[in-house]
Amino acid sequence: MSFTHYTIEQLETMLRNKEISAEEIAQMSIDQIKAVDEDVKAFITVTEESALEKARQIDKDGDFDHNLAAIPGAIKDNIVTKGIPTTAASKMLENFTDPLYDATVTEKLADANALMMGKVNLDEFAMGSSTETSYFKKTANPWDLDYVPGGSSGGSAASVAAGQVMFSLGTDTGGSIRQPAAFCGVVGMKPTYGLVSRYGLVAFASSLDQIGPITRKVEDNARVLETLAGHDSRDSTSSKKDVPVYTENLQEGVKGLRIAVPKQFLGEGVSDEVRESVQNALQMYELLGATWEEVSMPHLPYADAVYSLLANAEGSSSLGRYDGVRYGNRAENAKDMIDMLKQSRAEGFGEEVKRRLLLGATVLSGDYNETHFRKAQQVRTLIANDFKAAFDQYDLIVGPTTPTSAFKFGEQADPLTMYMNDMLTVPVNLAGLPAVSVPSGYTEAGLPLGLQIIGKHFDESTLYRAAYAYEQATNHHKKRPTIGGANE
Amino acid sequence: MKFETVIGLEIHVELKTKSKIFSSSPNAFGSEPNANISPKDLGYPGTLPVLNEEVVNYGMKAAMALNCDIASETIFDRKHYFYPDNPAAYQISQDEQPIGENGWVEIEVDGEKKRIGIERIHLEEDAGKLTHGTGGSLVDYNRQGSPLIEIVSEPDIRTPEEAYAYLEKVKSIIQYTGVSDVRMEEGSLRCDANISLRPVGQEEFGTKTELKNLNSFAYVRSGLEHEEVRQAKILSSGGVIEQETRRYDEKTKKTILMRVKDDADDYRFLPDPDLAPLHIDEDWKERIRQEIPELPDARKQRYVEEMDLSDYDAGVITATKEMADFYEETVDLGADGKLAANWLMGDLSAYMNKHLKELPDLAITPEGLAKMIKLIEDGTISSKIAKQVFAELVENGGDPEVFVKEKGLVQISDDGQLREIIGKVLDENEQSVADFKDGKGRALGFLVGQTMKATQGQANPQMVNKILKEEIEKR
Repeated sequence: MSFTHYTIEQLETMLRNKEISAEEIAQMSIDQIKAVDEDVKAFITVTEESALEKARQIDKDGDFDHNLAAIPGAIKDNIVTKGIPTTAASKMLENFTDPLYDATVTEKLADANALMMGKVNLDEFAMGSSTETSYFKKTANPWDLDYVPGGSSGGSAASVAAGQVMFSLGTDTGGSIRQPAAFCGVVGMKPTYGLVSRYGLVAFASSLDQIGPITRKVEDNARVLETLAGHDSRDSTSSKKDVPVYTENLQEGVKGLRIAVPKQFLGEGVSDEVRESVQNALQMYELLGATWEEVSMPHLPYADAVYSLLANAEGSSSLGRYDGVRYGNRAENAKDMIDMLKQSRAEGFGEEVKRRLLLGATVLSGDYNETHFRKAQQVRTLIANDFKAAFDQYDLIVGPTTPTSAFKFGEQADPLTMYMNDMLTVPVNLAGLPAVSVPSGYTEAGLPLGLQIIGKHFDESTLYRAAYAYEQATNHHKKRPTIGGANE
Repeated sequence: MKFETVIGLEIHVELKTKSKIFSSSPNAFGSEPNANISPKDLGYPGTLPVLNEEVVNYGMKAAMALNCDIASETIFDRKHYFYPDNPAAYQISQDEQPIGENGWVEIEVDGEKKRIGIERIHLEEDAGKLTHGTGGSLVDYNRQGSPLIEIVSEPDIRTPEEAYAYLEKVKSIIQYTGVSDVRMEEGSLRCDANISLRPVGQEEFGTKTELKNLNSFAYVRSGLEHEEVRQAKILSSGGVIEQETRRYDEKTKKTILMRVKDDADDYRFLPDPDLAPLHIDEDWKERIRQEIPELPDARKQRYVEEMDLSDYDAGVITATKEMADFYEETVDLGADGKLAANWLMGDLSAYMNKHLKELPDLAITPEGLAKMIKLIEDGTISSKIAKQVFAELVENGGDPEVFVKEKGLVQISDDGQLREIIGKVLDENEQSVADFKDGKGRALGFLVGQTMKATQGQANPQMVNKILKEEIEKR
């Protein structure tokens, strides 16, 4: 038996009825990690001992009332964990064995009695869309090991799809939760900017970054987000709004909901299979009682360029701190102090990170600050206004999560081709909106596709309702990759 | 050719809030290296800045006291540079919208009053401190994140003397507001100076140099004086001034080239996405405005009007808040305003200068000084004895009445007692008595001196004069 056949709710009931123990659940997770991680390579660090210890403690205390009691999860390795290495998948932080403190989300998971199974792989400093830029390993797509899992939260999505954990935390700056969720056939939520505290998230671009959950089921996703969300005085951009109980309204359906479909989401670069799956989904929503209309959001085509300027500008700023002085990689043979800073950075960062740091620093330098950075900020506002206008008339915006299904390792060696993976997800980050990717079918080759549902600010409830209704009406979520024993 | 000097000063003032500007670490001076730090202060990944509201209050108070307009909405910007004293590789500062703008202070040099404009005052965080040794470099992050305000003057200053007066005035005003200790020796006040020369009558500014390592107000003045001469020499001989940063050398009193500035100084400013824009509404501003105490100029004016002090004396008394408060308390306790001012400006200031001490370091209290002045006024002690009492108060404090009694310093004003002593003095100095009678007035001074000596200075001087004359007449 495997926990992957159940929802979190069902597992909690079984725990309380003593049909299963916390230790058994932990052991299942460990077994599956051991069985498949040699192939999937989702984990950078496995915390087997502490997870088992916590599970035994839960059993001993009979304390099953916490929101995620004994539920095995993984944390993307750019979220800090006290006493546990946090590498951001970079050589720069290879020896960063103790960040000295816990991220707010790490604390919240521990308080909810979740079992933390380990830290999962990502593109170096979350800069990438395939998890290929990780310094340590290339995570494989559990549906076909020749394919990438997407990125940057590739380890998070793969660990859930491969049945290693029930949930995984990802981070999303331009699509890094939703795109790998789509590629791996799982549910990935990028919450409203400010809903989940960023305290302890290794910053890439602070005005865009958000932490969110990846799960197999919509219901589980809502449950994990309930645990993560809420105001945090340690993050000045954290919202003070009350957090609804998302799991309460899941079954209310979509009757009467008005859906907008931006024609820019189905234009050039979007594959036929992807387009078809979206059209099928829209038909399903009609059957379920929602209405949909095509709309135009004229500034969407600029989103990629704007994102590239802003995210990398902020990234060049966020990553300046890695200089080998206080922690992280320090060059051995530097000739003086300044040379040490330079050498430490030159050695510590990979090629993609360097490309982005150079681009970002350039964007902020001299006249470019005015002509490019400030201009991009203005266009960001125009894009946000496009969304605002759409949401004046519609409840949700729907489209594909990615223009294509997953690609093979090395297939997108050209960075510009790679950046196109994000073209449908970055507008959401620029506008600070919530969006979820749910499985919406499979290609002929058997690779998963994702449907992206975008909501109003802090309207995760409606998003989950719509995602749940669609999930329950289709069979996409019932299919699993055949890897290891647990998924059968 | 005649040149006009143009000077602008950038003053950094460290605010003495309990905790740092963007973390809850203590903001303290003089701790063990790296005692007051947190993961945030070390620039650890994932840490975030949270603005300490008290820093805004302090900064606003200083800006208001310096007559600035206060911004209603302000943001924080990242100023980027790589150096080990700067753990995040950016300093959080205010670039586009400082908290205060368009301020001014009034200075007085050689009796001339002049207004010096303040372009802007912004909030920012301090950096750590590097020490370079033979074994390598060490860094102390205690100061990292300490709150600062930077006060940027307009280029309104025309002489090194004006620069000195401006510094004194800014320091005094800030000190009155209580937001900083403004002690240069502890680094809570730092100053860089920009100076350029232009031919008299020319509108356009000349090329400026920036002076650093100015560790006292006197060095600021001296550095500017030297730089003024250096630039004039170059310009007079047809040379050009390079835009450069120069270091003041305390030993040679010269400025030395540190580095030539070029346009590569690019801080890549970025509005800090980790901090929300700060809105300061009218209520908040008004609340802070109410907290600003009477400032030095107002107090000086009051002392001229109410205590009948001269403009100069009132200026000296009000230069530091400590002195002015001490003075005011002394007078409130009943001491004569002028006498109190004389003691503070005379013996007390001399003592502080001689021992390089500040008023709070001394044992004397306003109660002590007020009582002592009363003892002089009611004739219990002579002014001469008072100096002895004063020295005791400064060193050890205590009650002057008790001290005077214990030491037997009470003035001898008893007529019979004095006549007896004077009789003896005259007996022993017949020649002087004869001289006086011959019209040599100086002899009286000698006899007074002998009488004071015989009484260990305790004789009432007025009575001694009177009785001496009477007793000599009788002979």
